[in-house]
Amino acid sequence: MKPTEAPKLIVQDLDLYYGDFQALKRIQMSIVSRQITALIGPSGCGKSTLLRCFNRMNDLIESVQMRGRILLDGQDIADPSLPLVTLRKRVGMVFQRPNPFPLSAFENIAFGLHLHALAAGRRIHAIVEQSLQAVGLWDRLKDRLHQPALRLSLEEQQRLCIARAMAIKPEVILLDEPCSTLDPIATGKIEELLYALKEHYTIVIVTHNMQQAARVSDTAGFLLLGELVEFGPTNRLFTNPRDPKTEAYITGRFG
Amino acid sequence: MRWRRARERLIETLIRLSGFSAIAIVMLIFVFLLKEGVALFRTVPLGEFLTGQRWYPISEPPGFGVFPLICGSLLVTIGAAMLSVPLGIASALFISEIARGWMKELLKAGIELFAAIPSVVLGFIGMTLLAPLIRQAFHVPTGLTALTGSITLAFMAMPTIVSITEDALTAVPRGYREAAMALGATRWQMMVRVLLPAAGSGIVAAVMLGIGRVIGETMAVMMVTGNAAVIPHTMLQPVRTLTATIAAEMGETVRGSDHYFALFAIGIVLFVITFVVNLIADRFLHREQR
Repeated sequence: MKPTEAPKLIVQDLDLYYGDFQALKRIQMSIVSRQITALIGPSGCGKSTLLRCFNRMNDLIESVQMRGRILLDGQDIADPSLPLVTLRKRVGMVFQRPNPFPLSAFENIAFGLHLHALAAGRRIHAIVEQSLQAVGLWDRLKDRLHQPALRLSLEEQQRLCIARAMAIKPEVILLDEPCSTLDPIATGKIEELLYALKEHYTIVIVTHNMQQAARVSDTAGFLLLGELVEFGPTNRLFTNPRDPKTEAYITGRFG
Repeated sequence: MRWRRARERLIETLIRLSGFSAIAIVMLIFVFLLKEGVALFRTVPLGEFLTGQRWYPISEPPGFGVFPLICGSLLVTIGAAMLSVPLGIASALFISEIARGWMKELLKAGIELFAAIPSVVLGFIGMTLLAPLIRQAFHVPTGLTALTGSITLAFMAMPTIVSITEDALTAVPRGYREAAMALGATRWQMMVRVLLPAAGSGIVAAVMLGIGRVIGETMAVMMVTGNAAVIPHTMLQPVRTLTATIAAEMGETVRGSDHYFALFAIGIVLFVITFVVNLIADRFLHREQR
């Protein structure tokens, strides 16, 4: 824990509606830099919705209405001075189902670099190598960089998606149940990877797997029916929950 | 129990029979076409038929060169493709990615309606509205030109291209869109760099089906292209297509005459062209899948 560091993301009084249905209620939280923050809770509690607020992915859904603010390094992410494209470059995302593009592994990683014109020529190759090294895929893929990414195993695809998100040098990486389609061994490997990545990135992970949250995160938040019931250091939250609802959930009494 | 098994077998046999009969009918049509068409080559050599520049089937001596007709068909088709492919793909992108709500429904219904317009009606519109416009705009002696045909046929190919392309775009998994957006792609970048390549094989199929419709189209082209069997040098000259020739002349030939056989030989040429188009489409589809 580095208590001196300013929070990377601050959520202030966030309400979110899908039409008439209120999916998030008065969320308040701050997410510390270079830590892993886990959001847990039963299905439908709003944890993915909350995660998707951080890079404004909910904008794609027409019926969504939002109130409150989210600050990234103190700047409101809805402010017109922070273009959506820039926000999403700074806040990357990895999805539940591995979703590499139907291109080669190389092109998948180069994709973001082309979008933001971050690199050209040789430089791209260097970044591709670096990103694949970071996710532990380089040795396996270096001889088949130009083969279709969809032929990789699911775990490799998910690693590739993480590498793709990292290649454009985001500050925050959001992961939406990144291991839910993977087997336990692959899950373990991805978790190790996350642990290594937090040196450089602020990571927010949504998971319905409590053991995973307990294993990888520094801070955890428990959501229930759109409310952030409890938010605090993972150790404390799992060993000594303050709210009876959190206790009931982590001891497996519901959810 | 036994009755049920017998019924199963009966159904199976019927399905197999209908499958085989479809193949058999196509084969018979092909054999008939070949038999009648090849008969021409007893009197007119194949080379002369394909490269000959004179199509005067009832003059004395007759000319059976279909080269001008092939040129006419290709010119009209290429022109129609150049108009309908970009427009069709752009329309499909607009309908599937940008239009929302009532606008989207209206456009989709409009495209469906478009497909339902009989070709003779399009030909009629082309003849009465488009041809005079072209005559005035380009100061040419007649408005019945290859360009008129191309524009008319582009309208025929559009609905096919738009609706199949739109289906292909809609079928692109949501994950690809989300991944592109989450990487900070603008909507335009997402469409061009992710959607179009991902829907590539479907789009090629759409284009090929559209072109197939154009090559085979008869009525509309016959009405608007002027039907002069000469080798065209510009888009603003009258041309005659392979299909229009068969349609226009079949009624007045004597069965068993060289002219009659020549029209069937044109049918073979059309068949080969369509076959090649389908083959290319097939190649593309399989390349995408690999």
